[in-house]
Amino acid sequence: MSKREQLKDDFLENRLIRRRLVLSAIFTVILLSLVLGRLYVLQIVEHEHFSTLSDSNRVRIKALPPTRGLIFDRHGVVMANNLPAYRLEIVPEQVEDLDSTLLQLKQYIDYTEQDLKRFKQSSKRRRPFESIPLRLNLRDEEVARLAVNLHRFEGVEINARLTRNYPQGAHAVHALGYVSRIDERDLSEVSEVEYAGSTHIGKLGLEKFYEHELHGSVGVQQVEVNARGRTLRVLNESPPVQGNNLHLTIDSRLQKVAEEAFAEYTGAAVAINPNNGEILALVSMPIFDPNLFVNGISYDNYNALRDSIKRPLFNRALSGQYPPGSTSKPFYGLAGLEGAITTVEKDVYCIGYYKLPNEPRRYRDWKKQGHGHMDLNNAITQSCDVYFYDLAYRMGIDRMSEFLAKFGFGVKTGVDSTSERNGLLPSREWKRRAEGMPWFPGETLITGIGQGALLVTPLQLANSTAAFSVKGQRYQPHLVKSVEKVPEYNLIDIASRVAGRYELQSEKNWQHVHDAMVNVVHGLRGTAHRISQGMEYRAAGKTGTAQVFEIAQDEEYDEETVAEKLRDHALFISYAPADAPQIAVAVIVENGGHGSSVAAPIARRIMDAYLLEES
Amino acid sequence: MNQALGSDSISYTRRAMDALRLDPVLLSLLIILALFGSMVLYSASGSDQAIVIRQMTRIVVALILMIAIANIPLRMIRKISIWLYLAGVAMLVAVMFFGEVGKGAQRWLDLGVLRFQPSEILKLAVPMIVATYLANRVLPVGLKELVVSSILVLIPVLLIARQPDLGTAILVGSAGFFVLFLAGVRWRVMISLGVLMSLMAPILWKFALHDYQRNRILTLLDPESDPLGSGYHIIQSKIAIGSGGVYGKGWLNGTQSQLDFIPERSTDFIFSVFGEEFGFFGSVVLILIYLAIIFRGLYIAAHSTENFGRLLAGALSLTFFVYLFVNTGMVAGMLPVVGVPLPLISYGGTSMVTLMMGFGLIMSIRSAKRFLV
Repeated sequence: MSKREQLKDDFLENRLIRRRLVLSAIFTVILLSLVLGRLYVLQIVEHEHFSTLSDSNRVRIKALPPTRGLIFDRHGVVMANNLPAYRLEIVPEQVEDLDSTLLQLKQYIDYTEQDLKRFKQSSKRRRPFESIPLRLNLRDEEVARLAVNLHRFEGVEINARLTRNYPQGAHAVHALGYVSRIDERDLSEVSEVEYAGSTHIGKLGLEKFYEHELHGSVGVQQVEVNARGRTLRVLNESPPVQGNNLHLTIDSRLQKVAEEAFAEYTGAAVAINPNNGEILALVSMPIFDPNLFVNGISYDNYNALRDSIKRPLFNRALSGQYPPGSTSKPFYGLAGLEGAITTVEKDVYCIGYYKLPNEPRRYRDWKKQGHGHMDLNNAITQSCDVYFYDLAYRMGIDRMSEFLAKFGFGVKTGVDSTSERNGLLPSREWKRRAEGMPWFPGETLITGIGQGALLVTPLQLANSTAAFSVKGQRYQPHLVKSVEKVPEYNLIDIASRVAGRYELQSEKNWQHVHDAMVNVVHGLRGTAHRISQGMEYRAAGKTGTAQVFEIAQDEEYDEETVAEKLRDHALFISYAPADAPQIAVAVIVENGGHGSSVAAPIARRIMDAYLLEES
Repeated sequence: MNQALGSDSISYTRRAMDALRLDPVLLSLLIILALFGSMVLYSASGSDQAIVIRQMTRIVVALILMIAIANIPLRMIRKISIWLYLAGVAMLVAVMFFGEVGKGAQRWLDLGVLRFQPSEILKLAVPMIVATYLANRVLPVGLKELVVSSILVLIPVLLIARQPDLGTAILVGSAGFFVLFLAGVRWRVMISLGVLMSLMAPILWKFALHDYQRNRILTLLDPESDPLGSGYHIIQSKIAIGSGGVYGKGWLNGTQSQLDFIPERSTDFIFSVFGEEFGFFGSVVLILIYLAIIFRGLYIAAHSTENFGRLLAGALSLTFFVYLFVNTGMVAGMLPVVGVPLPLISYGGTSMVTLMMGFGLIMSIRSAKRFLV
C-alpha cells in the first residue's frame, strides 16, 4: 500500500484532481445559488419594502453629536459648560446654485473667507444631505434679519446648537485651554465616526488632554426624509452619550486672587498642595478670553493676541523656561549638607566677588560691598552669592545636577495638560551634545546661583518647592481631581501619583535649610522680610532674581537705565504653614526686578487667600 | 456556397485563435463581460465618459497582456514561478518599510516610473509556486508537502493582511488553498484543521486581540451596528438592490445609484447599481456569465495533460469565483465588508490586469496540451 503511494501514477492522480474539480464546480453552484437566493429575497420577496424606501427616498443616517462634558473647579464652580447658540447651516444637496446662494447670504450675514474655506472643507467630508455650518454664534439681530428672508433660501437653516462656553471668561484660561473648530489635522487623530456630528474639539490644555473623557460618544438617527430633504419621521435612534464631567483641583477663587495679584505684570504663578500634588492655582499672565476661539476667532482678534508684546497666548506656567536664580539656593544648600561638602558651621568670607584659582575673572555678588562672614543659614537668608559660588566650586557640576534631578529639575512633571516643557538641567554630557563644547569651571559657578544654562518652568519650580517642603516626597502634579462618569454620575478620583522620593541622609540637614528659609521671610535680615508684616502664619521662602541679559565685566546693572524688557525676572518660592505645609507656591514676574519687592507679595496674597480665606 | 463561406470564415477565426494560442470560448465570454461592465460603469459613474474610456483602455491593455502570457510556453511559466514568488515577497517586505500609505493602509510601492501593489503579483505567484512544487510530487499530498505549501502560502498572506488589506489576503490565501485542495489534501486533514481552527479562534479572540481589534471585527461581521461607517454602505446597497425588483429600473434609471446614495458605487459596490437597474433577471444573467467563465476554466483544468496545468488552471478559476462570491455576498449584505472588487466590472486597473493575466495563464495551459497530443 505505502509502496504504491510512492509511485507517481498519472492516471490515478488525474482521476483525483478531476474528482476535486467536479466537487469544486458543485460548490460554486451551491454558493452562487445562495447569492441568487439572497437576491431573490431582496428583489422579489421584499421588493415592496425596499421600493417604498427608495421612492419616498430616502432613509438617511444622521449623526447626533454628544454634549461635551462640563468642567467644575474643586468647589463645584462651573468653569466650562455648553450654551445654545444660533448657527447658519446649509444642506448642500438642497441648494440649487451654491455659489449664488452663498453670495446672496452675504447681504444678511457677514461671514469671513475663513468661514467659507472651512465650510467647503467640511462639505467634502460630510454627505450631501447633512447640514454644514457656515457661521457659528449668530447675533440676535443677524438671526432676525435672516429669519424673515429665510423662505428665499432653499436648504439654508438657522439652528440652535449647544456650543462650548467658558462662563469665567479669561480666568484660568491657561489651565483649561479651549475647544475650537475641528480641522483636518485633528481628524487624523480621532475616529472619524465618533466625530461625525461634532464640530468642535479640544485644542489646548485640559480640553485637549481630556478630550477622550469630555467628548462623549456619537449617536445615530435613521430618519426618513421627503424629496426636499425634510425629515418625515425617525425610523431608528440611538441617542448620543454625553461626555464625562471633570472636577478640577483648581480653586477658582484662589485662581482669581492670584491673577489679580499680578495686576499689570506678566509672569506665572503655580500653587500646589505638597501633600498630594493637586494644583490649586495655575496662572500665566496676561490671560485672554477662550470664548473667542470657540466660534472661530476673527483675524483681527487673533493678530492682536498673537502680536501683543506680552504674548498672552503663551502658557508661561507650563512652557515658560526661566533661570531659577537664587531660588535654587535652598536645594544646593541641602545638597551641600547631605553630601558632606559643607557643614552648618562652615564660614565663607564674602568680599563682594569670587575668583577661581588661575582665572582673573571676578564672579560678582549681587551686593557689591560683600556680606562679610557667612554661614549657610545667613547665606540663604541674605542670598549671598559668594557662599554658593564656593559651594558649587567644591561640589562640581555632576553632583549638583544629580541632586537637582532628584527634586524634578530638568524633566517634565507629567502634569495632565498640553505643552509642558522640560526645563534644562545642564551637565557635562548635555553641553557636549548640545554645543559640542567641554564644560568650563566658570559655568559651574553661575549654575550654582541658578543662572547660566539652568532653566525651570514655573510648574517645575512649584513642584520642586512642594517636594522640598515635605522632605523629599514629590508628587506628579495634576489639574483634575476626579472624573464624573456619565450616565451613572459617579466620581472616579484621580489618584495622586508619587513621581519620586528623595531619602534624606539626616533630617537635621533638611531642618537647617528649612529654618533658613523661614528666616528669609521672618528673619530681620531676610530678603523677603517685608511680606512677613501682619502675617498670621509662618511661611518659608526664598527670593530669586534671574538675569535676562548679561552685564559686561566692567559694567554695572542699573535698574533705572535698563529697558523694561531687559530688566531681571523676579522670582519667589514659598510654602506655608512652615511646620505643616498645605500650599507651596512659585511665582515668576517677568522683568519685575527683585524677587523680594514684586514676586513675594504675590505669593503672600495667594497663601493668605488659601490659608485664611478658605471658602 | 454561403454555407461553405460561413464555415470557411469560422475555421479561419479558429486558426487565428490557435495561432495566438487563445481559447475562443473564454475570450468571447470575457469580452462580453467587459463590455457589459463598461455599460454598468457608465451608469454608475453618473454618465462620465472619461471614466469609461479610461476603463476600456485598461481592458485593452489587460487583453494584450493576456495574449502575451498565453504565448509563454508552460515550461517557462513553471520555471519563472519561483522567481516571481520571491520577487513578490521581497516587494511586500519593501512595502512594509518604504511603501506609500493610501486610504490608511500601506500597499503601494513607488518605483519612480510606476506605482503598483505588489500584493497583486502574489495573486498569481502563490498558486503558481504551490502548483510547481506539487506538480512533481506524488498525489494526494502528504504531510511534508502540506506543511511546505502552507508556509509558502502563509508568508505572503500574513504580510498582506498586516498592511492591512483583508480582501487581497483572502484572495491570495484561497488561491493557495485551492491548489492544495485540488492536489487532494485528505478530507480528514482538512476537517481536523478546520476543527483545530474553530477551537483556537475563541482563545485567540480572548487573549491575542486588543479591544479595538475585536470591535473592528465585530463591525465587520455586523456592519449595521456601525451605521455611520460601513453599515451605511450596506443599508443603502440593500435598498438599491431591493428596489430593483424583477426587471430593474432600467439602464441609467437607478434612482438610488444616480442620487449618490451608494458610496463606492463605481468600485466595490458597483453590483448594487447593477442590481437596481437590471433587477433580479439581470443578476441571474450576469451570474450565469460568470459561472460560464468559471466552468470553462475548470474544464480546461480537467483536460490538461499534466498536473501543473490542472492544479493552476483549477485554482485560478476558483479564485475568480471567490472574487465574485465575496463581492456579491458583501453587496447583498450577507458577508462582511471587505474590499474585493466585482471582477472585470468594478472600476480600477490593478485587479483587472491581474485577472486577465490569470486568464492568460489558463489559455497557455490549454494550448500546452495541443503540443503534446
